[in-house]
Amino acid sequence: MNSFKKLGIAGAALALSIGYAAAAGKVKVGFVYVGPIGDHGWSYQHHQGLLAVKKAFGDKVSTTYVEKVSEGPDAERVIRQLAQQGHNIIFTTSFGFMNPTIKVAKRFPNVKFEHATGFKRAKNVATYNGRFYEGRYIAGMIAGKMTKTNTLGYIASFPIPEVIMGINATYLGAKSVNPNIKLKIIWVSTWFDPGKEADAAKALTDQGADVLFQHTDSPAPMKHAEQKGIWAVGQASDMKTFGPNVQLTSLVDNWAPYYVRRVKAVMDGTWKSVDVWEGLKTGMLQLSAWNKKIPADVVKAAEKLRDDIASGKFHPFTGPLKKQDGTLFLKPGERISDKALSSMNFYVQGVVGKLPK
Amino acid sequence: MDLVVSIAIGIIIAATPLVFAAIGELVVEKAGVLNLGVEGMMIIGAISGFAVTIETGSFLAGVIAAILCGALMALLFAFMTQTLLANQVATGLALTLFGLGLAALIGQAYSGKSAPPFPKLAVPGLSDIPVLGRLLFSHDLLVYISFALVIGVAWFLSRTREGLIVRAIGENHDAAHAIGYSVVGYRYAAIAFGGACAGLGGAYLSIVQTPLWVDNMTAGRGWIALALVVFAAWRPWRSLFGAYLFGGITIMQLHSQALGVQVEPQLLAMLPYLATILVLVIISYDRTRARLNAPASLGLTFYATT
Repeated sequence: MNSFKKLGIAGAALALSIGYAAAAGKVKVGFVYVGPIGDHGWSYQHHQGLLAVKKAFGDKVSTTYVEKVSEGPDAERVIRQLAQQGHNIIFTTSFGFMNPTIKVAKRFPNVKFEHATGFKRAKNVATYNGRFYEGRYIAGMIAGKMTKTNTLGYIASFPIPEVIMGINATYLGAKSVNPNIKLKIIWVSTWFDPGKEADAAKALTDQGADVLFQHTDSPAPMKHAEQKGIWAVGQASDMKTFGPNVQLTSLVDNWAPYYVRRVKAVMDGTWKSVDVWEGLKTGMLQLSAWNKKIPADVVKAAEKLRDDIASGKFHPFTGPLKKQDGTLFLKPGERISDKALSSMNFYVQGVVGKLPK
Repeated sequence: MDLVVSIAIGIIIAATPLVFAAIGELVVEKAGVLNLGVEGMMIIGAISGFAVTIETGSFLAGVIAAILCGALMALLFAFMTQTLLANQVATGLALTLFGLGLAALIGQAYSGKSAPPFPKLAVPGLSDIPVLGRLLFSHDLLVYISFALVIGVAWFLSRTREGLIVRAIGENHDAAHAIGYSVVGYRYAAIAFGGACAGLGGAYLSIVQTPLWVDNMTAGRGWIALALVVFAAWRPWRSLFGAYLFGGITIMQLHSQALGVQVEPQLLAMLPYLATILVLVIISYDRTRARLNAPASLGLTFYATT
């Protein structure tokens, strides 16, 4: 071919290689969300973590996110695509992404994966989780004091240990201050369906619940609570805009510091597969501002609980505790182990209803 | 008694979006067009209704906007399938995805905003009757409109000349064309009506049921509406019954869980779908009669050769 063409190809190759060299310095961070970032709940908070990573590292990172990835075979395709596109670290932010993450991690040993709320690890797969049950115990305690009908309503998603320990923690927290407390639970089998969540909220209020808890990701239950004038506790992010008068508090997942920490580890080359489970102590879980209508003594008790849990003085799951069927699973003074907690598959005694498999 | 009335009200609220979407799709399918884009049109109606309600503060404007936007999107479907002769199934699916994405895009500016609660009817004397008052006379206007719509469509399809023409086009569009009716014209009108109803159904979700906008809030209701039309054997009253059966069992299973009924929640969650299938099997027992109800030209592209 003529010399011009050769020159052109050489020039293009040079430009591409310079471009590649420049880009090679960047750390590519990928995020896989199970819901939309506009859910104002779970995925929204993970996205705040992405924005924090961008802010902290500026030009040194490039971030990609894929939202609304369903927890099925499609998840594997999305994760694999991110790995193929050269991402250095990929955060998969839902329990249902566990098996796809492990599968893809086997094929891409040089890519690092971080799986939220799961329990399977590998050399290049780390897991991280928040101790949401700590916040739920405190919220349950406040609810126990604030309820007038002694009935709490709980909108639950799927019967995985994380959700079950949340239910149990809420019940224990409420029971510690109110022995007559009843907990009504509805399983909606979805992380995100505003219509269904609103229907479930309505069913719970129709049956007398005057404090609503949720382990689903949309603000629909909070909105319903605001309309009906009953209390509610927000989930994953501060839902105060949806329930300005009725939100007692909200469990806020603060992933940003952890994400920044892990991306830095990738940059420094110190990344290792770990299992991180942090909560109030390190600020991975935060409780949003207390509702102004909560009496001062309840606030004081809640803040004391928060500080005690954060410092390790108190653990929500401390014996003596019995399972729903009556068997003792924690001796007096015994604290539950992380292992038992992360595989919890039973209600504690006093919770009414059948736990789905 | 109070709980029963509350449950009934919950059922009505859950079923109404399905009624709107199903009755619209029923008319479209009676005209021989299979519109799989119902979900997309519902969510476009949801976001446009919500956005206009927030911007103008008027529920009427929001509802009208939802109707118009649903119809507009349906007209896009009509243009592609009737004028450009694209495959109806593929176009419908594509429009569903398009609608979901477009709604998410527009909705980004509105996520986190709240609309005021939709006013409920308060008929001076009737609403105060102890049980029936709450049950029959205290709903929002859209619920009554949904019933009126079903009655209107049933009357239109079976008692008017225009309805007869629509049905004829759905049965055999070539014969209808030969007689001289404008197949494409009637189908455009039917599709626009279907889109308007779907938009209204979506708006009910975002303005009345959960007055907020969240991404993907229809969560598959459009698909359920499509199934309900088949379940209803393309008869208006049956589609109303189907929507209420489905919505009713959905609400009942939620209440059963809250009451502590000792049945697996996943089993309870299956119940609406199981009940729909069961009733469908019973209705379709006579196979010839069941098949007679499906519009014979459903899904076929009409290409006038003369």
